[in-house]
Amino acid sequence: MRLFPLTSSQTVGPFFAPALLREDARRNVLTQPETAGERIRLEGRVLDGEGMPIPDALVEIWQANAHGRYHHPTDQGPAPLDASFLGFGRSGTAEDGSYWFETIKPGSVPFEGARLQAPHICVTVFARGLLNHLVTRLYFEDEPSNSSDPVLQCVPAERRATLLARRKPAGAVVVYRFDIVLQGANETAFFNL
Amino acid sequence: MKHITIGEIVRGDREVFPPYLYEAYQATRRRAPTLPLIEVPLTLSELTGPGPAISAITPADADLTRNAGTGGEAIGQRIIVTGRVLDDRGNPMPNTLLEIWQANAAGRYLHKRDQWPGPLDPNFLGIGRCLTNEDSIYRFLTIRPGAYPWKNHPNAWRPAHIHFSVLGPNQLARLVTQMYFPDDPLHQLDPIMNAVPTEQARKRLIAAYDHDVTEPEWALGYRWNIVARGPYATPFESVGSGGTAP
Repeated sequence: MRLFPLTSSQTVGPFFAPALLREDARRNVLTQPETAGERIRLEGRVLDGEGMPIPDALVEIWQANAHGRYHHPTDQGPAPLDASFLGFGRSGTAEDGSYWFETIKPGSVPFEGARLQAPHICVTVFARGLLNHLVTRLYFEDEPSNSSDPVLQCVPAERRATLLARRKPAGAVVVYRFDIVLQGANETAFFNL
Repeated sequence: MKHITIGEIVRGDREVFPPYLYEAYQATRRRAPTLPLIEVPLTLSELTGPGPAISAITPADADLTRNAGTGGEAIGQRIIVTGRVLDDRGNPMPNTLLEIWQANAAGRYLHKRDQWPGPLDPNFLGIGRCLTNEDSIYRFLTIRPGAYPWKNHPNAWRPAHIHFSVLGPNQLARLVTQMYFPDDPLHQLDPIMNAVPTEQARKRLIAAYDHDVTEPEWALGYRWNIVARGPYATPFESVGSGGTAP
């Protein structure tokens, strides 16, 4: 029941970068040297319905720490906080539509009771031409618990692969690739959130 | 009026939020998703968010007339923009980060992709931020932005507006929107504003002139309240319940 009607969304437009990506507002690197967990690099492109890169998108991520605890007062779970990890990232996209983050692989966070969610990263996308932002999740393709994740199971089976980040062949850094396709073939599954 | 193709896919409340596809706004045509948005349960991931941890700003950030740091003051009609940020049950959202950006008094953005021949103002960056206080009130000092031409259709002008980004206490409250000014003849010609589905919802994007906010011999006052989604399930969602069986 809404007592107060919501304020509508409007597009972020083409000129947000000086405000939202100023030096102390962009957050490509989520880790500090002492942050616990497996270092990963996330890379991907934001693409439109013709497969063309979107050079003026904004990608935000939100995730738990390596122990599966959110840096937030609502998470009162037993997993430890990591004072060196907030879990919030914000990246623009380059001319080729690419964004990147350096972070850690999150632990599993609770669903209900003893049930856990598969490790995941919440992803929000803003762009010129998006009158509303888009919300989705990044899962890890090599994570066995994906098959029992309560949110991934809501996604029609034939669209689940769009939420799986692909691990690149071994290199010095673990890289997961996650393209975000706003429209058309391989359109990413977005949530009504 | 010409027929406008309006998409079926909407995030959240259909009476409030614009569809992703609104053909009159051309950039939506190749960027709007075409497949249904997935209904998902609300979990700890959605009921948390970065907002409460982000507070590293200074009071000077909220004064766009001087935050260019040149020692000079921006040209234009000085205005105060203030209001409250609430959730949809009327609960306050104190300590919420608002980030804003806007064109200068001539309608020009300080951005490399904005090259129309409106003059730049060396004393105006057009960016600001502040936190809501313990009463959930925000307040900016800025100048009234000019209207701005764009290439969406022939002789297209955006009505004067200020962009707002709200980083609320959880992910559901995340909101990016635009505030407009009263009595602007460009409102009815603007496809971005008119993508909002109802007149009531469009009116809520327009600030009110408020003489009680106006400061004598200093600045005109505008009041604009923001209502963002609270951490509550809608009738279509469940909190912490199981997902649909595969």
